[in-house]
Amino acid sequence: MALAKRIIPCLDVDKGRVVKGVNFVDIRDAGDPVEVARKYNEQGADEITFLDITASHESRDTTYETVERMASEVFIPLTVGGGVRTVEDIRKLLNAGADKVSINTAAVFDPDFVRKAAERFGSQCIVVAIDAKRVSKAGEVPRWEIFTHGGRKPTGLDAVEWAKKMTALGAGELLLTSMDRDGTKVGFDLGLTRAISDAVSVPVIASGGVGELQHLADGVTEGGADAVLAASIFHFGQHTIPEAKAFMKAQGIEIRD
Amino acid sequence: MKTLAIIDYGMGNLHSVSKAVEHVAPDTRVLVTADPAQIRSADRVILPGVGAIRDCMAEIRRLGVDDLVREVSSDRPLLGICVGMQALMSRSEENGWVDCINLFPAEVRFFGQNLEEEGVRLKVPHMGWNEVHQTVDHPVWHGIPDGDRFYFVHSYYAEAEHNADIAGRTHYGVDLAAAVARDNIFAVQFHPEKSHRAGLQLLKNFVQWSGT
Repeated sequence: MALAKRIIPCLDVDKGRVVKGVNFVDIRDAGDPVEVARKYNEQGADEITFLDITASHESRDTTYETVERMASEVFIPLTVGGGVRTVEDIRKLLNAGADKVSINTAAVFDPDFVRKAAERFGSQCIVVAIDAKRVSKAGEVPRWEIFTHGGRKPTGLDAVEWAKKMTALGAGELLLTSMDRDGTKVGFDLGLTRAISDAVSVPVIASGGVGELQHLADGVTEGGADAVLAASIFHFGQHTIPEAKAFMKAQGIEIRD
Repeated sequence: MKTLAIIDYGMGNLHSVSKAVEHVAPDTRVLVTADPAQIRSADRVILPGVGAIRDCMAEIRRLGVDDLVREVSSDRPLLGICVGMQALMSRSEENGWVDCINLFPAEVRFFGQNLEEEGVRLKVPHMGWNEVHQTVDHPVWHGIPDGDRFYFVHSYYAEAEHNADIAGRTHYGVDLAAAVARDNIFAVQFHPEKSHRAGLQLLKNFVQWSGT
């Protein structure tokens, strides 16, 4: 009846290998991003997000090669992020087969980069990643700020205003990560998710904190997210994509069977 | 060996489309090309497209792709994808109304910033997996369940109302033409190359379709 809410497994990739690997019984090489993506594709994932955490610039060629192999075998949308700083970075990733490219820190240092990227390639392939942390104290009106460097450096930018600005500059989608919740397994920051989702007209992907299936459902029903992203609950065999979909469907959420 | 030409007029990456076709039709030679001679010699043609319509149409006209599309679609199958479908319509509201190739009379409209359904605001672009209801029996739909989901990403759409060529309909705040078909042309708003099983089946069907 309606557009399905998306479930997106996220792969953290360093020098062409999935960080920490995954734990699937029937997979040959748990460190190969292409193998892992193919597995998620078979399970019915709605998209794949590939986060390149490779520090050195020289290893970028490995990233392009991996993206190209992945796009040759996995026929669902592929978003690639991490270290995207120039229009040339975006062009190379799109040419390698990425459908969308996620811009993170570079947007903070040069917001106009988002406008340039959207004008050149179209908003439909420009995702802006927003890493936010709650800065208000308990009892105060909730407020979140943008942080860089893995949540260590505050920028003073208000997350809701930032989200609006990024959308106005041409972001076609926002990948919203709560840096307070990332890795905690206690669920999304639903207040943050709701505040951003209500503030912008583009789709919002909720990320950071998923530890159980109920968290995915909450991201949609309470947070108002259009898509939910998770890593560890899928990677280590705790849950499969079909389990997540069945769970969300039982709660009345529109999903792709 | 049959050949399939994917028209490369410089707008975006065609890797995914060519890989998906190669995946479902290993016996087909896939050419990503702007060369009119190669396109004319192909057994079937795909007109893809991403980005803004003004830029797409400018390149289509500069390279003579508009005349080429009219010519080849007269005697062999042509598949339009996303902006490639929109380019086949009469004109688009994007970039302050742009004239298109006009093989179909429908107009391409903007979803608007205030799209809603029963009081709930809908996000634009229309991004994700939505149901496609087949409105005609067509070889390109073969083996795909009616109402199956395909992956969409677009902010402009060809109208479904008063559209005599509609082949598939999707609802997102408004009724939109998810697919149109006439004679040798089949065109889709969604991305079959990104639509997993249903999309691959559609591409396979297209490769096996010999047109009318």
